[in-house]
Amino acid sequence: MINKKVNSVNDATKGISDNMTFMLGGFGLSGIPENAIAALVKSNIKGLTCISNNAGVDDFGLGLLLHQKQIKKMVSSYVGENDEFERQMLSGELDVELIPQGTLAERCRAAQAGFPAIFTPAGYGTEVAEGKETREFDGKMYVLEHAFKADFAFVKAWKGDAAGNLVFKGTARNFNPCMAGAAKITVAEVEELVPVGELDPNQIHIPGIFVQRIFQGEKYEKRIEQRTVRTKE
Amino acid sequence: MLDKIGIAKRIAKEVQDGYYVNLGIGIPTLVANYVRDDIEVEFQSENGVLGMGPFPFDGEEDADIINAGKQTITTLPGASFFDSAMSFAMIRGQHVDLTILGAMEVSENGDIANWKIPGKMVKGMGGAMDLVASAENIIVAMMHTNKRGESKILKQCSLPLTGVGCVKKIVTNLAVLEVTDKGFKLLERAPGVSVEEIENATEGTLIIEGDIPEMSL
Repeated sequence: MINKKVNSVNDATKGISDNMTFMLGGFGLSGIPENAIAALVKSNIKGLTCISNNAGVDDFGLGLLLHQKQIKKMVSSYVGENDEFERQMLSGELDVELIPQGTLAERCRAAQAGFPAIFTPAGYGTEVAEGKETREFDGKMYVLEHAFKADFAFVKAWKGDAAGNLVFKGTARNFNPCMAGAAKITVAEVEELVPVGELDPNQIHIPGIFVQRIFQGEKYEKRIEQRTVRTKE
Repeated sequence: MLDKIGIAKRIAKEVQDGYYVNLGIGIPTLVANYVRDDIEVEFQSENGVLGMGPFPFDGEEDADIINAGKQTITTLPGASFFDSAMSFAMIRGQHVDLTILGAMEVSENGDIANWKIPGKMVKGMGGAMDLVASAENIIVAMMHTNKRGESKILKQCSLPLTGVGCVKKIVTNLAVLEVTDKGFKLLERAPGVSVEEIENATEGTLIIEGDIPEMSL
């Protein structure tokens, strides 16, 4: 067993510096690497490019990094729900590249899987495809989209072990498995680090080979963005 | 004239037994409430769930189980969770049978605009561009006109596009329209709405053939 366990979030984030490109898992606030984000906020490194489906909310998730003006560029598919983001974008302080959600996932996966680029129909004929190579396959038009290049991927799982194996829960899975192994260094944080051998090999979602460092997060707030419920009749 | 619930009810009639359906945010989300209960349908949400159920009971909500609108949800027996790449494999690979989404504008060649108003609203396209570029069967749920009474059913979209030549059917507060090679074909009128009212509210080419039936909900 190759041991990937590190003892703290500080060890896990060793090597981060200004102007790096990071991938961060999560959809909205679900499945975001809360502890890594807290460490990035504390580090106060700046000029970051962040690849993440969303940009958090004003006072949580990537919103915390935006608040400290640590992010130079965001690559996302949807960035509503964040006033500070909108302010920085409209004032030109923040560079924003909006791309289709499936393209975002597949550009991560391409990096993970060793493909330099992929062809997708998403965005053909729209401003997303401007300046990009297009090609026809079987009568339909596709856009060439390149694999991402990132220094670190910060992903969050439900359970993991020292071998780096990961198991996700519910829709907190989202982009996390696509980003694992898609950057030079993948840092996984888990709610529960279990003894090696406890996870059933049949049930592993991401094998440890894609993870360089793993740690158990100190605490998880797991904030809900839209609490929708029904009442018992 | 239909309200939002009326639009959702009319679209629900398009959902057939055995369909996997992706619902967009807004009116489309309401469609799930009005699908016949004698057919089997599974709802997909692009953040990674198939077999979505209703909202959880108060106190049973789980931050790890949400839909693409970031609302807390439940799952039904037979449901599954998956990552974002697999979710869009279902969408791009045309495994999802029906996509229902909202729009700001639709043009008579089937173009759709629903993600950006330059200088005003820039929230992003989310999964909409993947959905419209891939789905064989797209139904748009929208109001026929904007708040100023201007048509949103156009010869050509003025807003940045989400997809080109992809919309097949539109259900508005006034009518059901089919996108054809020659323009918008009027299929049904909303209850109490005349053909003239629909003509006046439609900027794009409107094809009217024979008597136009009133829709039943």
